[in-house]
Amino acid sequence: MRTSRPAMALGYVALLVVSALFLTPFVWLIRSSLMDLSQIFTMPPEWIPRPFQWGNFHKALTYLPFGAYFLNTSIIVIGTLVGTVLTSTIAAFGFSRIQWKGRDLVFAILLSSMMLPTAVTLIPSFLGWQMLGFYDTYYPLIVPAFFGGGMFNIFLLRQFYLTIPRDFDEAAVVDGAGYFTIYFKIILPLSRSAVIVVALFTFLGTWNDFMGPLIYLKSDQLFTLALGLQMFQGTYTAQWDLLMAASAAVVLPCVIVFLVGQRYFLEGITLTGLKG
Amino acid sequence: MRKGLFYGLLFTAPAIVGFLLFTLGPMIASLALSLTDYNVFKAQTAWVGLDNYIRLFGGEDELFYQSLGVTFYFVLLRVPAVIIISFAVALLLNMNVRGKSIFRTIIYLPSIVPAVASAMIWMWLLNPDLGLLNSALSAVGLPTSNWLYAENSVVPSVVLTTLWGIGGTVIIFLAGLSGIPKQYYEAIDVDGGGWYSKLRHITIPMVTPTIFFNTIMTIIGSFQVFNEAYILTEGGPNNRSLFYVFYLWRTGFRDTEMGYASALAWVLFVIILFFTYLTFRSSKSWVYYEGGGRS
Repeated sequence: MRTSRPAMALGYVALLVVSALFLTPFVWLIRSSLMDLSQIFTMPPEWIPRPFQWGNFHKALTYLPFGAYFLNTSIIVIGTLVGTVLTSTIAAFGFSRIQWKGRDLVFAILLSSMMLPTAVTLIPSFLGWQMLGFYDTYYPLIVPAFFGGGMFNIFLLRQFYLTIPRDFDEAAVVDGAGYFTIYFKIILPLSRSAVIVVALFTFLGTWNDFMGPLIYLKSDQLFTLALGLQMFQGTYTAQWDLLMAASAAVVLPCVIVFLVGQRYFLEGITLTGLKG
Repeated sequence: MRKGLFYGLLFTAPAIVGFLLFTLGPMIASLALSLTDYNVFKAQTAWVGLDNYIRLFGGEDELFYQSLGVTFYFVLLRVPAVIIISFAVALLLNMNVRGKSIFRTIIYLPSIVPAVASAMIWMWLLNPDLGLLNSALSAVGLPTSNWLYAENSVVPSVVLTTLWGIGGTVIIFLAGLSGIPKQYYEAIDVDGGGWYSKLRHITIPMVTPTIFFNTIMTIIGSFQVFNEAYILTEGGPNNRSLFYVFYLWRTGFRDTEMGYASALAWVLFVIILFFTYLTFRSSKSWVYYEGGGRS
């Protein structure tokens, strides 16, 4: 939209204010994580730690076994990532590059599950896993990813696959290629960026998941970072220096992953939102 | 390409089996469970017909109505707030100012913060005695609040904390805005209209499909609020933030009344379905699709 000069200046100021508001909680997090308690509690609040309490991080991360939580979370994240990338790309291929009777109907039915509140399937799923003897293990958190990896991802990949010209497949068929060859040699390499989007969303979704681990994990030594942080809060109430240091440590990997892959994130959201 | 059906089913088999195992199966099972008095600690489980639903709606369970009311209030506050603020921020981002991509990154960044960490940060920001918000308010002479700790302010406070994470909605709006052809605005320039008539006659009508999409997604998400209740408020004070899914979790997993909790789940499902349907119905009168007129 073309905008006049004064309007532009006004908009610029508004953008600066909005950005400052969005950044403030981050600044508050970081400055609190580096202060000692007495400085945290001074009124009016101070912004520069004096001195920088780098020891907060060490303390916060050793009071509870955050190293183990980190490892646990990584195991779940990696398992989920492998399952999701493997099966969502295959399924999206079947829903976009192969013609078969009933395809779009089946896709529509599966897609409708995105509207289903997780609460509806929660209790029977829990009981099912428990009956199989997998309560308090990582199976309930990882295995479902190997069954399509979630309709959101299949939908996103399908949208992308539909934009790839059909000529590519047809040329391959003339050369005697089957569907598996087309999938591996043509579609997968061409959709690298979409696969990265799926991987990034899956990483964040799993890393940040709270309800899943809360319901399926009981033993402390199996806890994820999200559960550990929650437990930390219950134990060290009002230790805002340590709480903020632990929170910052949990947030940091997400921020790094986001900043490295942000181009893909923004593309991915746009892809799902627009061409519904 | 013969044997399309065979290969089609082969490739989509993981997803189809997954749907049957993890969605359709549990759905049916949950409906069946809702007709029983299943409780982990009870030796016998019996069919009780519609008893759970009668208990729910009959007024015996006050907390059910409490959680329903709290959740509706939350949805009513949050959906318009998310849509209006996201749209406004997207409009700002859509101006071609220098540093646009940096602003975009800043606004999206909070939505990747894990819910637990975000809750922790907000608990501290909203701390009544030492938090940033109250000290900022009192510094400029405005009244402070007890935020999460007062009955009247707890739900709006939770809404406030979730507004930090509107980045995804903003980006979808931004995509919708960038899809509007430039010529449309030029036509208004020729007619001598200002920014308001551009907004009113072009921008808003052209992004109604995006508003529609975002509204549906925000409604569905808001009804299912859980993490905030669990971590920030534990339903309190005095059940004033007893969000529905939190109450469901408590009934099913803490009190182990899983039959009853399944009935709660189905009621939520029907409510969400109903509001999604209403939004779809209403969309005929306000969503504009290019090419098809209003459809």
